[in-house]
Amino acid sequence: MNGIAVASRQRTLGAAVASSRRNAWTLGLIGFLVLLLVFTKVMQPRYGVAGVQNLAISVLPLALAAVAQAVVVIAGGIDLSIGSMMALTSVVAATMMMGQSEEFGVAVVLGVLLLGLVLGAVNGGLVVVSRVPDIVVTLAMSFVWAGCALLVRAAPGGGAAQWLKALVLGSLGNEWIPKAAVALVVMVGLIWIPVVRSRLGLSIYAIGSNRLAAFRSGVPVGRTKFFAYALTGLYAALGGLALTASTGIGTPVPGPYTLMSVAAVVLGGVSLAGGRGGVFGPIVAVIVLQMIRTDMTFLSIDSNLAYVAQGVILIGVVMFGSLFELRRARA
Amino acid sequence: MSAAARTSPWLTAATWRNLFRDRPLIPLIGLLGVLVVVIQFADPGIVTPSWAGVIMRAAVPLAILGGCQTLAMLTGGIDLSVSAVASMAGFVTATLVHSPGGVPQGIAVALAAAALAGLVSGIGVGVFRVHPLIMTLGMSFVVLGFANVWQLRMIQTGAGVPESLRWLGASTLFDVVPYSLLVFVPVTFLIVLGLRRTGYGRLLYAVGDNPIAARLSGARAWQILVVLYVISALLAAVAGLIISGFTNTASVSLADPYLLPSVAAAVIGGTSIMGGRGGYGGTIVGALILTVLTALLTVLGLPEPTRQILFGAIIVAVAAAYTRVTVES
Repeated sequence: MNGIAVASRQRTLGAAVASSRRNAWTLGLIGFLVLLLVFTKVMQPRYGVAGVQNLAISVLPLALAAVAQAVVVIAGGIDLSIGSMMALTSVVAATMMMGQSEEFGVAVVLGVLLLGLVLGAVNGGLVVVSRVPDIVVTLAMSFVWAGCALLVRAAPGGGAAQWLKALVLGSLGNEWIPKAAVALVVMVGLIWIPVVRSRLGLSIYAIGSNRLAAFRSGVPVGRTKFFAYALTGLYAALGGLALTASTGIGTPVPGPYTLMSVAAVVLGGVSLAGGRGGVFGPIVAVIVLQMIRTDMTFLSIDSNLAYVAQGVILIGVVMFGSLFELRRARA
Repeated sequence: MSAAARTSPWLTAATWRNLFRDRPLIPLIGLLGVLVVVIQFADPGIVTPSWAGVIMRAAVPLAILGGCQTLAMLTGGIDLSVSAVASMAGFVTATLVHSPGGVPQGIAVALAAAALAGLVSGIGVGVFRVHPLIMTLGMSFVVLGFANVWQLRMIQTGAGVPESLRWLGASTLFDVVPYSLLVFVPVTFLIVLGLRRTGYGRLLYAVGDNPIAARLSGARAWQILVVLYVISALLAAVAGLIISGFTNTASVSLADPYLLPSVAAAVIGGTSIMGGRGGYGGTIVGALILTVLTALLTVLGLPEPTRQILFGAIIVAVAAAYTRVTVES
């Protein structure tokens, strides 16, 4: 009896150690984020509720872009059209919702999510059918989607339903819990987590980690990749809606989201080779990047050096990570 | 087997496929010719020697930047820092016009800064094995940031694109031959000869085609990659000088619109992004195709968004056709 309890405790301990080793990268990132928060609080004692609110709202679109990118990178692809898809879905949402009733807004949001799925599916279909490298197809499609966004609306404008804005602005219950953060958790929890736990999630990891092995084990490689791209499109649409909700308008010119999402994914511990990592790490990475920006403003460092810092951090962290792996490979 | 196949081998699909695979320039030049014919139909009388000069002048910087991508892609990499480096080079030269050393000093500083950026990228990719996409992306942030800091420093001294660069980038001989060919032809010569006839060129293909085989045959991949990214950054800087002369502007984001077309030019030109296959000749034709295509879409009077959509769609279509022909099923 006692022995069994000890053994089971050992087993849970072992599982905990294994899981912490598997998530070492994310844990390290969270540690770094905590350090950054402490540093910010020391630097700027007034940093508090307002700061956290701002952080959450400014992080939301980028975090969704990072999740979108993470999904497709885990499947062994890469999507360079995420920024354009976000711009397109954002202007479509803002244009359709302008001057319409709140109820109509619900239909628009559902329609835009469907649009995101379709955009992603087109990307995925082209990648699978044409067998052109992912990077080339999605690069070209980024022109197409950005052009479509400009066709919908040539200049920034439009509107957003009140309930949509209320969904991300402000806080929920406790003032320390921004609604944007809750929205992010809900969006990841409702879509990605069920997918990961399903057969499709396993297949996504399988084709990313070893395409041939996955094929030989009977995983439908093409279909899985197609679904991964569609999922990326869905998250890009959520990112576009988040842009519309937080700014109240739609902007047809793609923001820096594509390249920042690639950076966040890599910082978040997702291997560009595919098959490794999750969506949680990239989200933490996005928050870290945004915090660094905030801190540099507090330190009244030239905002242009923030660019330099971002690049140096990106390179430095990845170098550190690959050195780590090189050593482990040798050992 | 059949008599027809034996007597007329050029009629079989396989022969055509082999032709396209081994001589990708032929279908590409065909496509370019078709585009020129189409533009002539769309706007009769537009195709003149001076029109060709305009197209060449616009295509030269794109072709040089496409060269950066071609070299990087041969090793299985990509260089996303070309636009930042190119803009930086043009900008630095313009800000140093009034310095004691004048234009030569400005160009020297710009090239040195570019080489430094390339060296760091190369060390990151070659020694630390950072994915080239990430390494060059990070480097583009760093270069852009430093260029911005430089911009704030130099704002009092005033800047202007030097006369000599404007001559090089924008003017043409007899309204036909752009003077930028004075830079472009030697560059092309060096790249083509370097890839075909030198050991270093062969090593680029070897590293990209099969890194393990290259290592086992004694190729030192890290040295090859470091040199590659330095060359790529230098080429990008040269392109940046021409672009700033061509547009008569100096800004830290001048060359940004060239980034994606430069990758597209290399891809259309038949260089595989997976490494080990391709060449510079195709990229030059690819750059010309993209430039003529842009001109055609403008002549057709299409609005900018539609042009972008068609641009993207055509790149996908060409790349797909390419893959269909060259990849054995």
